[in-house]
Amino acid sequence: MSAVLSGAILLALSCYATAIVLTAARLFMGPSAQDRVLALDSLYTNGLLITLTLGIRYASNMYFEVALLIALFGFVSSTAMAKFLLRGEVIE
Amino acid sequence: MNPSAVSFWIETLVAVLLVFSGAFALVGAVGLLRMRSFFLRLHASALTNTIGAWGVTLASIVYFSVLEARLAIHVWAIIILLALTVPIATVLIARTALFRQRRQAGNDVPSPLGGNRPSSL
Repeated sequence: MSAVLSGAILLALSCYATAIVLTAARLFMGPSAQDRVLALDSLYTNGLLITLTLGIRYASNMYFEVALLIALFGFVSSTAMAKFLLRGEVIE
Repeated sequence: MNPSAVSFWIETLVAVLLVFSGAFALVGAVGLLRMRSFFLRLHASALTNTIGAWGVTLASIVYFSVLEARLAIHVWAIIILLALTVPIATVLIARTALFRQRRQAGNDVPSPLGGNRPSSL
């Protein structure tokens, strides 16, 4: 792995880490509940991007399945929380 | 399957895609923190979900295709999954925000379409 790619991976990972910190600030500040749900959804996506980048870093295919699971559970949790805020219960 | 088998230009392409994706994810997070109202923040989080995910996925496809000397298209499943699920989640969260903000008087949100429909739709 050349210095260009490892440097780019380091840069991208630090970008994602900063993005996670900023999103977590929104998660703690968020004036309303829907802001927090949106921030949590964004956190899930950033975790997915970090997992895929680590897959390139370690040249392993295992990270792909982890990222797929993160995407699935992120969708389910955001939908469930939005439904709960909308209706007051998840399964009617 | 040794990582030194990947040529320099392919690695540069992967690096450019990764940096592109990281920059847009950072811009999306800054927007999520700094935008004024909830409906503006909804736009910022879409950056991470579209351009950020596309950049990393294309980088993975290029890198693993060259590394394993076959077309490693399976990472595309993440893009397909995100393209199917992210609009649904976004619309649900936006509807939740509309519903909750309409119940508070004095908020500048659009009124529901049609006179007799319940405001929760």
